[in-house]
Amino acid sequence: MLKRHLLAGMAALGLAATFATGALAAHDFKIVYIGKNTGNPYFDSITGGFQDACKQIGCQFEFVAPATAEATSQIPLIDAQVQKGVNVIAIAPNSPDAMNQALDAARAKGILVLAVNGDLVGNESHRDANILPVDFTKTGPNQVELMGSLIGYKGDIAILSATTEAPDQNTWIAAMKKTLAEDAKYKDMHLVATVYGDDQPEKSTTEMEGLLSNYPNLVGVIAPTTVGVAAAAQVVQQRGIADKVHVTGLGLPSEMRDFIKDGTVKAFQLWSPYNEGWLAAYFADGVLNGTIKNEVGQKFDVPNLGSITIGDKNVMNTQAELTTFDASNIDNFNF
Amino acid sequence: MNALRAILLRREMGIFVAIIVFCAIVGILKPRFLELDNLRVILLLVPLIMIAAMGEMLVVIARHVDLSVGSTLGFAAMMTALMFKLHPEIPFYLGFPVAIGIGAVLGLINGITVIVFRLPAIIVTLGTLYLYRGLTFIASGARQIDRQFIPSPLKAMSANSPSYWLPWIVIIAVVVVLLAYWFANHTRLGRQVYALGSNPAAAPLRGIPVTAVTLAVFAISGALAGLAGILYASRWGFVNPSNTGWGFEFQVIAAVVIGGVSINGGVGSVLGVVLGVLLLGCVSAALPLLGIPGTVQSAIFGLVIIVALVIDQTVRERGVQALTTTRGARA
Amino acid sequence: MTTEPALQPAVQTANPLDAAPARPLWQVVLIRPVMMTVVLLILEPIVASIFWPQSLDLGYVLSTFTLTAPLALMALVLTLVIIAGEIDLSPASSMALTACVFAAVLQAGVPFPLAVLICVGLGFVLGLFNAFLVVYLRLPSLIATIGTLTFYRGLAQVLAGDNSIKFPDWYMGLNLVTVLGIPVPDLIVTLAAILLALLLSATIFGRQIYQTGTSEVAAQHAGIRTRLIKTTLFVTLGVVSALAGMMFTSQLGTVRYDLGLGGELQMVLMAMLGGTYIFGGRGSILGTFLAAWLLSIMTNAMNTASWLPATQFCLLGVLLIVSIIATNFIYSRTQR
Repeated sequence: MLKRHLLAGMAALGLAATFATGALAAHDFKIVYIGKNTGNPYFDSITGGFQDACKQIGCQFEFVAPATAEATSQIPLIDAQVQKGVNVIAIAPNSPDAMNQALDAARAKGILVLAVNGDLVGNESHRDANILPVDFTKTGPNQVELMGSLIGYKGDIAILSATTEAPDQNTWIAAMKKTLAEDAKYKDMHLVATVYGDDQPEKSTTEMEGLLSNYPNLVGVIAPTTVGVAAAAQVVQQRGIADKVHVTGLGLPSEMRDFIKDGTVKAFQLWSPYNEGWLAAYFADGVLNGTIKNEVGQKFDVPNLGSITIGDKNVMNTQAELTTFDASNIDNFNF
Repeated sequence: MNALRAILLRREMGIFVAIIVFCAIVGILKPRFLELDNLRVILLLVPLIMIAAMGEMLVVIARHVDLSVGSTLGFAAMMTALMFKLHPEIPFYLGFPVAIGIGAVLGLINGITVIVFRLPAIIVTLGTLYLYRGLTFIASGARQIDRQFIPSPLKAMSANSPSYWLPWIVIIAVVVVLLAYWFANHTRLGRQVYALGSNPAAAPLRGIPVTAVTLAVFAISGALAGLAGILYASRWGFVNPSNTGWGFEFQVIAAVVIGGVSINGGVGSVLGVVLGVLLLGCVSAALPLLGIPGTVQSAIFGLVIIVALVIDQTVRERGVQALTTTRGARA
Repeated sequence: MTTEPALQPAVQTANPLDAAPARPLWQVVLIRPVMMTVVLLILEPIVASIFWPQSLDLGYVLSTFTLTAPLALMALVLTLVIIAGEIDLSPASSMALTACVFAAVLQAGVPFPLAVLICVGLGFVLGLFNAFLVVYLRLPSLIATIGTLTFYRGLAQVLAGDNSIKFPDWYMGLNLVTVLGIPVPDLIVTLAAILLALLLSATIFGRQIYQTGTSEVAAQHAGIRTRLIKTTLFVTLGVVSALAGMMFTSQLGTVRYDLGLGGELQMVLMAMLGGTYIFGGRGSILGTFLAAWLLSIMTNAMNTASWLPATQFCLLGVLLIVSIIATNFIYSRTQR
């Protein structure tokens, strides 16, 4: 471990020396991905994408993350990476605005700043581009449709979300409510409650138990967060009520596999976090080498992903629709 | 009548009344709170804290503090889970001695550091809190141990369906409580813990083996935290290096203090701690039911701790008064 | 035949106070807990310069210290509280609560001076509440302040929810203002350290703090108003946490309820690394001040080396234990 850090230190030294002489090898840039927090399997997937892409491109990749997902926890990491002399900072931000100053300082040094997997809502001017996993406007309707298909399009349902201010979840929930209200197909489905599990397993569990107690006629729960859907599924499994209450949402195959196999959960959705890392690395490579122009409306090709379009506010979507996982395909994925 | 009076005057009466009053209020607002189903929910919330609180209780009675229980829980849980992941052929029940053993070793390290270097336990365990948490990360490569690697029989111990009316982890918690009661009240070592805590200076003069007793309480606290660790894997079905046990020590200490164990040592009862844990469990279960948003829950917890402390202090002062006035003195 | 031995004439025994030779001056100066911090502070850059040279850039060190500065400020006053024999784990939460109120009040259009008054006043009240619990109700300070830390943080959460509250643009960037190349927050901390060190070592109040911590009962019998001293210290810590919050938020531009989450452990770490004795009666401002810098530089080096938090935790834990051992060792050998 120490040896690896020693070598990394030497490599950093070497790279810094290279910068000093002004000779930047075409694809040999240094890119770092700052996750929300360590020990989160979701970010391990994204990291996998970065690593494999960098093997192909030849860039040097590192993953760092703070211990907690507190709003300011990433700032010292950003400062350290700037000091180290990286070329690209990719970050999954813990806060939309706490890092403005730090990111501005980075960009002033010519570092490319990418928000990956989440955006700096309202503060987009402090980053160069944003890579999202999927078209967020379609996530809500997709989830409602999946829920509907599981419960025969009628009954009481509830939503178990992450934190009350999580921008992604709130976008999806707003879209879900709109779909339920406006699309006649779902007119017999009633949303009775929205509760928040704060992305903590314990809290998500107690909130789920609360839902089951408060709404005895509940037939479905949508949990558009990997921690929430796993917790809700576990409650259902422990109580043995899988045929009465259907749980679905956005989950990681690795966490949900057990529940699919024993029938607790019939199906759930997600995208491929791996592809986000892959796309981000290729995008960074293209921008640094001038082959991709970071402007709205530009299209470019990425191996394995096809054509990607840069949308409004420099946002790119890795894939268009959600992937649905069920018993038939759950074993095909290793994240 | 005297027996009734004796019961009513006990320290634990305060917490017991608090629980009754709280549940009554919540029950009026939300009758579902008092249903059997909900009782099971509460029961499932408390076993981990209950087990660790028994250990922490002994440490606090001995006039120390163990802040590292959360990290010990995490480390023991992670090592056990890693063992299952790398060697799935090992029967699930072997995980128990492993977890308890690891926890005991970690606790002993705490105890030895406190004794040999004569350091305050609060700082030593603050240091080991960080150290053990760091080791958990390193051992796991910062990766979570997913559900499929936790043996199913282990997870089934937390099953809550009608056919398992009392989940195994609850039964284990009850057994631990009974053992703790027996230890604290009916063994020489247990009474020595009380004696040591109430007057550490006088203890060696009375022939109490201070080193042995101190090491024992820390080892027990660690062992029980280790047990709570493997039960974490059972209850939640996964082990995560950052989340597992994070913040756990605060809950445990809060329960112990609410349960009437004095921070100055020498005073405390198993019954009190059990009630303290139950009170916190009821509050935790009631809040989502009452629709109280998560944002308010911390404030309520803090308030509960403060109020419990004030009550405890008042009771203690009254107790001291009673003992020092002729009315209270026995003939 | 035995007879009682004749009474020996009184022997001229040496005055016991003269029995041991006075400790050489160099020992008095050098073998103190704060020296351990100094040694570490010297060693650390040497180690870092071998492995992670980028972390030693002076500008970088100064600018990253601004993130630690609010905690360091509170740790300095916390040192006084610990010397007086108590402990306060709630300042980080007080900081968050007062900062949230400050931001909300500014957003509501209240003029700046009044907002500052409200913020500092709230800090005063929060410190007073702590003092009430510990000094008046005589609750053990460790648990009482764990209770208030949860409560204050919870109140901040009630007030702000999960939102961040923004500050007006003109308020931001205090850490970017430099005097002679040193960012203002660093200067504030240094100034506070000098003031508090003078208070502690050169005033009667300072002496009384030490005495209160050594033995509260003895101090009371000596006529020292220990309750007043402790109350003053708790209240000061509350006010300082409000000030620290104002400093912190100027750098961030926004505030959430989780500002400084976990900061209480870091503050205790600074005080312990600085050689403060947990049971009271001994400690120094200089030690805590140096320890704050030590921690900041170390964290920089570890971050530059991209060490994961886990590894950093291990090092911090070991460092804490080792420093306590050293502190205790030194204290038990010297009669200061």
